[in-house]
Amino acid sequence: MSPKTLYDKIWDAHVAHEAEDGTCLLYIDRHLVHEVTSPQAFEGLRMAGRKVHAPDKTIAVPDHNVPTTLDRANAATMTEDSRIQVEALDKNARDFGIHYYPVSDVRQGIVHIVGPEQGWTLPGMTVVCGDSHTATHGAFGALAHGIGTSEVEHVLATQTLIQRKGKNMKVEITGKLRPGVTAKDITLSVIGATGTAGGTGYVIEYCGEAIRDLSMEGRMTVCNMAIEGGARAGLIAPDEKTFEYVKGRPHAPKGAQWEAALNWWKTLYSDDDAHWDKVVTLKGEDIAPVVTWGTSPEDVLPITATVPAPEDFSGGKVDAARRSLEYMGLKPGQKLSEVEIDTVFIGSCTNGRIEDLRAAAEILKGKKIKVKRAMIVPGSGLVRAQAEEEGLADIFIEAGFEWRLAGCSMCLAMNPDQLSPGERCAATSNRNFEGRQGRGGRTHLMSPAMAAAAAVTGHLTDVREMM
Amino acid sequence: MEKFEKLSGIAAPLPLINIDTDMIIPKQFLKTIKRSGLGVNLFDEMRYDSEGKEIPDFVLNKPQYRDAQILVAGDNFGCGSSREHAPWAIKDFGIRCVIAPSFADIFYNNCFKNGILPIALPQEQVDVLMKEAEKGANARIEIDLEAQTVSTSEGQIFGFEVDAFKKHCLLEGLDDIGLTLEKAAAIESFEAQAAQARPWV
Ligand code: SF4
Repeated sequence: MSPKTLYDKIWDAHVAHEAEDGTCLLYIDRHLVHEVTSPQAFEGLRMAGRKVHAPDKTIAVPDHNVPTTLDRANAATMTEDSRIQVEALDKNARDFGIHYYPVSDVRQGIVHIVGPEQGWTLPGMTVVCGDSHTATHGAFGALAHGIGTSEVEHVLATQTLIQRKGKNMKVEITGKLRPGVTAKDITLSVIGATGTAGGTGYVIEYCGEAIRDLSMEGRMTVCNMAIEGGARAGLIAPDEKTFEYVKGRPHAPKGAQWEAALNWWKTLYSDDDAHWDKVVTLKGEDIAPVVTWGTSPEDVLPITATVPAPEDFSGGKVDAARRSLEYMGLKPGQKLSEVEIDTVFIGSCTNGRIEDLRAAAEILKGKKIKVKRAMIVPGSGLVRAQAEEEGLADIFIEAGFEWRLAGCSMCLAMNPDQLSPGERCAATSNRNFEGRQGRGGRTHLMSPAMAAAAAVTGHLTDVREMM
Repeated sequence: MEKFEKLSGIAAPLPLINIDTDMIIPKQFLKTIKRSGLGVNLFDEMRYDSEGKEIPDFVLNKPQYRDAQILVAGDNFGCGSSREHAPWAIKDFGIRCVIAPSFADIFYNNCFKNGILPIALPQEQVDVLMKEAEKGANARIEIDLEAQTVSTSEGQIFGFEVDAFKKHCLLEGLDDIGLTLEKAAAIESFEAQAAQARPWV
């Protein structure tokens, strides 16, 4: 047998049909659904008189729109159109008989946090969702990627996706990370190195000692941002840590099925002599705590650096950088560590898990915030409950953070959690696009520890100085 | 789905790289449960000021580009989220074709599901078309999907690549789901075999 990559293996196990021209029907094991990209798909099913092909493999949870304030049970906290979207999901989940975690359920949260938490996401699966950060689930060695609403409808109706195979890209992070450097710094540094289009057409497999050393939470952070590097999916081969994390979750296999699953999962790795179309290698020890300075996730620099000048770039990036700097209100040569911050947002499917909250609490313990406002939005109701149990919530509240309910919140600002024009935010989310967190809002992406450090000092800060 | 065969139209120049889906259609317009009506909010934050008044400098607000059917843009067009609201807004505005040196995967795919043709061409050719587009109504760009060509008003012709299956669906205006359901037997036999091999799924 010819050597295969992990991607090849999962792909081959899911091709339900292959046409002569190489167009495949890829079978989908898990379909995650949220309220924003699904109403039109369900409507399409209704109009064509179609059913959901595999309701048992379909899981829905509202997250993008839902308010994260403590009074959200009160319907008045939602705007009319948001409420209509959430109600549409309630109804669609009921009518089509799919698994559902409504807003009132403690397990509700960001779809990419709920899936793994509940054991829906397992190694070797194909996972899709009408959301580009579906790449997150790749941390389990699942082939997971975002799809558009027409494809959501296609998967609902057929449990397959029309696909052509992508190319294989290996991103290796060798050696150990230095203190203060986290999974977020890895994933941002990779995008900084490859550019936001560097992974277009590829599925990335992250490997190397620094990736192996990461917890499952950290691996999810890394894979989450594969899409920001242009790759539809990011993968990490499953290992003992993966199995340990999955074991005992509500929807993970049990008993004899667990043993059978484990046997297969242990074959899910890239063969030594597998073919790679592209290879990128970074040294773990070279990675520093980083922040973004511009309006593209590729605008990444170590916190010790200064704001670049447009002339430092070439091609279309010169104009793009000029536009970014103007939008961000930054001057070339300015020290990044002197950039003042108004707001801190810790949360999102990139960094809204328990380990992220622990990292933030570590920095915030016994300190007070110097920024105008700061919020922590746990990725799920269960993450929130655990943080309360561990005493993290008290640390946040004493420091001056708002302690919110679960949802996407200020990651994309569809609910009232928004920046105002010119407001500068240290965020643990994944996109710093113009207007992403509110019209005119200025976003700097970073790790939870770095965001917490900025909250304490009031400016972008090298977290290593606080350790 | 609406067919796409040939198109001859005015092209609007948008010489920016990394035009992301938040620029194409900001999130406040994702709260709709319909596919239509998003055209007025296409490029909303570049097109209108904070009071909702048109910004006259923005290309689609200029009289000569209000009826543009083609968009010529920079590298990595459509990066960011998977929101199909982006192609819906583009289509609803009246644009049927986007030309750029490269596209983000999900956006590229979403276009074909909505009767929009995304064309990736080498930077030098996009530069030529960008210049053409800057001439406004004085230059129409012609696209022939069957022949896989883009022609300028000056008679320059560029060939482009497109996946044969996607081309076929676009030319015929075919509905993917209908096509896939014709293969229901293959899906069922796959399911039976997978239930044996991986019963825990
Ligand atoms: S947290 Fe942000 S990136 Fe993640 S699913 Fe929600 S909106 Fe998308």
